[in-house]
Amino acid sequence: MLPLAAGVAPVTLARWQFGVTTIYHFLFVPLTIGLALIVAIMQTAAYRSGKPHWDSMARWWGKLFLINFAIGVVTGIVQEFQFGMDWSHFSTFVGNIFGPPLAMEGLLAFFLESTFIGIWIFGRGRVSPRIHLISIWLVAFGTTVSAYFILSANAWMQHPVGYKIDPKTHQAVMVDFWAVMTNPTLLGQFTHVVLAAYTTGAFFVLGVSAWQLLHNRSQEIFGRSLRVALVVGFIAILGTIWFGDSQAQLMTKEQPMKMASAEALYHTQDGASFSLLTIGNLSGQPIFQIRLPHLLSVLADRSWDGKVLGIDNVQAAEVKKYGPGNYEPIIWVTYWTFRLMVGLGFLMLGVGLWGLWLLKKKRLEKKRWFLWALVWCIPVPFLANTFGWIFTEMGRQPWVVYGLLKTSKAVSHIGTGYIGTSFAVFAGVYSILAVVEIGLMVKTAKTPPDEPKEPEAGSETGTRTEVPELVY
Amino acid sequence: MIAMVVGAIHPGTLQVFWFMLIGVMWLMYFFLEGFDFGVGILLPFIAKDDLDRRVLLNTFGQVWDGNEVWLIVAGGATFAAFPRWYALLFSGFYLPLLLILLALIVRGVAFEFRNHNRAPAWRASWDRAIFWGSLLPSILWGVAFADFVAGVPIGKDGRYVAGFWHLLTPYSILGGITLLALFCLHGSTFVSLRTTGDLRERARSAARRIAPVAIAAVIAFLSWTFSNAIGAHDTGIVPSFIPLLAIVAVISTAWLVSEHLDGWAFLSTGLAIILTVGTLLLNLYPRVMVSSVSPAYDLTIVNTASAHYTLVVMTIVAGIFAPIVLLYQGWSYWVFRKRVMRPTEQPPLGTSAAAGPPPGGVATTVPSSEKVGPVPDKADPMAPAEGS
Repeated sequence: MLPLAAGVAPVTLARWQFGVTTIYHFLFVPLTIGLALIVAIMQTAAYRSGKPHWDSMARWWGKLFLINFAIGVVTGIVQEFQFGMDWSHFSTFVGNIFGPPLAMEGLLAFFLESTFIGIWIFGRGRVSPRIHLISIWLVAFGTTVSAYFILSANAWMQHPVGYKIDPKTHQAVMVDFWAVMTNPTLLGQFTHVVLAAYTTGAFFVLGVSAWQLLHNRSQEIFGRSLRVALVVGFIAILGTIWFGDSQAQLMTKEQPMKMASAEALYHTQDGASFSLLTIGNLSGQPIFQIRLPHLLSVLADRSWDGKVLGIDNVQAAEVKKYGPGNYEPIIWVTYWTFRLMVGLGFLMLGVGLWGLWLLKKKRLEKKRWFLWALVWCIPVPFLANTFGWIFTEMGRQPWVVYGLLKTSKAVSHIGTGYIGTSFAVFAGVYSILAVVEIGLMVKTAKTPPDEPKEPEAGSETGTRTEVPELVY
Repeated sequence: MIAMVVGAIHPGTLQVFWFMLIGVMWLMYFFLEGFDFGVGILLPFIAKDDLDRRVLLNTFGQVWDGNEVWLIVAGGATFAAFPRWYALLFSGFYLPLLLILLALIVRGVAFEFRNHNRAPAWRASWDRAIFWGSLLPSILWGVAFADFVAGVPIGKDGRYVAGFWHLLTPYSILGGITLLALFCLHGSTFVSLRTTGDLRERARSAARRIAPVAIAAVIAFLSWTFSNAIGAHDTGIVPSFIPLLAIVAVISTAWLVSEHLDGWAFLSTGLAIILTVGTLLLNLYPRVMVSSVSPAYDLTIVNTASAHYTLVVMTIVAGIFAPIVLLYQGWSYWVFRKRVMRPTEQPPLGTSAAAGPPPGGVATTVPSSEKVGPVPDKADPMAPAEGS
């Protein structure tokens, strides 16, 4: 079908497909997780205070939340299917351990999310305001539980625990479920990823509110949204950086190659420095570099003069352990994605601090250039999320399950034609959807809010008279 | 404590249990998503205007996402309990699954997106997406399940990748038609249960017209399935009363529809789906993928199952959470038990105080307990319902 794909190894196409579909999926997921929390906070304020503008806020942001939710859901089904479709050897090998979290994610999280999002969308006026409020919290909770389970599967690929290899079937089998669910890598990843998702939601709300304020829309609604998001966003980005940093030490122990390749550090070094950027090549002859002394050691080991293993040394050690082969990831990818992720994280922290300072000075809504900066920051968390995942997944290569299964051995026995076709089809459909989705989001984000509705008096039957809308 | 009790169960028993549980998940999926697929397919035929279409979409709007989770859970449970089954199933049925995925993607976003623009062309495009996105999976699931039973050429190496046309045999095409007809019937009885007035009448007449097709398809498909099973001497596990009951269920639907017993008609179409797919699943057991080359290459629950420990963990988790899921999902159906009405229809006196023609896009509901039209049917297709 694809002349371009002919001659490309199935594993290469399968990797591209997985990378593209997963990154795409994860553009929407963090926003879902973050917006669910923020909308739930707003609706709680509406419920407690009874003030109509909080209610308008929850409804207005709820619209954006739902457009985004829809596309996150449908691209998620692809994720579950393509493990089996493209990576059947991986699936057979890890199923005993990787399957349970997936099944539990469906049972514990997806049912919760999907059922209560239905109650939340359609239930206004049909269930009590209290149940309606609980519904959005259950949706928010469900999205977070979902993150926990899927990350437990991913963490096991980064750092396999609680397993043994069955000598007969050559599959990894689970021996300790508790160990899998409390994998130290998982705990680090989960807090880092979920807080990054809250950051994403918060910066989205900040940017959109700023745009609305710049166009002189309701101060009551968007000034408040701005403040809620600023607080959520600042706490979240601080936590994201904090837990990201603590992950660095785990990674140094568990996947030394990833740490070394994050710095493009070829030779083991004590008191290693961290380069902010490099011009020229990364393999030891840079034309220009800015280096922060000792920072890499502090990052990796929490010590000023700690030893950080170099790529060449880890390569030699892994050859000894796993047999001949190349155990290096693509260094320029890990080097730059790591810097971009960290850099964008600190950029957001800076913006958050700046905003808090303006808030304290009571000039938050008046500084137009700060508001414009917020608008321009909307893409930043999405980029940081993406770079983070590219770093951690590509930094694990050539392994798909670290130390146990190589990516090249994980792919299905299907021809290039099949994977090429499906890759082309997904790329096409996802591109069209992206255009529609972004168009709808932008359009909706620019609409002014409805006038706050005064709480209506009860009808004769004592229930609220508000009739449920035809939502679709 | 629980772990000890479950752990003491014989490994073979847990394998059977998980096969049954995955079977039940598929049956739940087909029962539930069956009606929202059906409504999606009937959308162009029983809706007269955009407001009708919106009413139809709102009959299942609250629940379709939850219905679809049964598919995701069935997939996840297969991955966990029978990894080799999952791996060969999903890589072997690559192209049909790719098509199903695409259909589910465009269909899922269509529900949300169509509402964000009033332009008729915009809505018409998403309605087409909903139609095809419901039609394709209905047929393809039928084809795939027929192929599961008929077998696919799994060789000695345990590998198999189906060419798409390869999967289309007369038997599997009949399977596709059967499931399609059943879903359409299920969708039409669902609409007659969930709407009022003209729409309900049109849904009933659609059901009356689909019923003969569904009856013929179910009889033909199940006879073929059963005679294949007799030929292969594996009828033991499929008691003949199950396919017979499936046929009884689908025939009785025709009668229940003509008697205007909407609720019972919906139940009987659901039962027909469960018994038809149930026949296939029982026919499959204890195999999970049948090799048409040699029975020696069949995948069975024994040679694909996860180790005992994984099954024990899964059993405990499912034992705790599945009942909770059933409870709240059931509750959500209870919350939305009222019929969806066209906004131009006035609710009967005393049901609601929302007097006057409601503003654009607002629907009212009446209790579904009122069986035949206490509602004055003044639904006017030309009414300016959208206020656009």
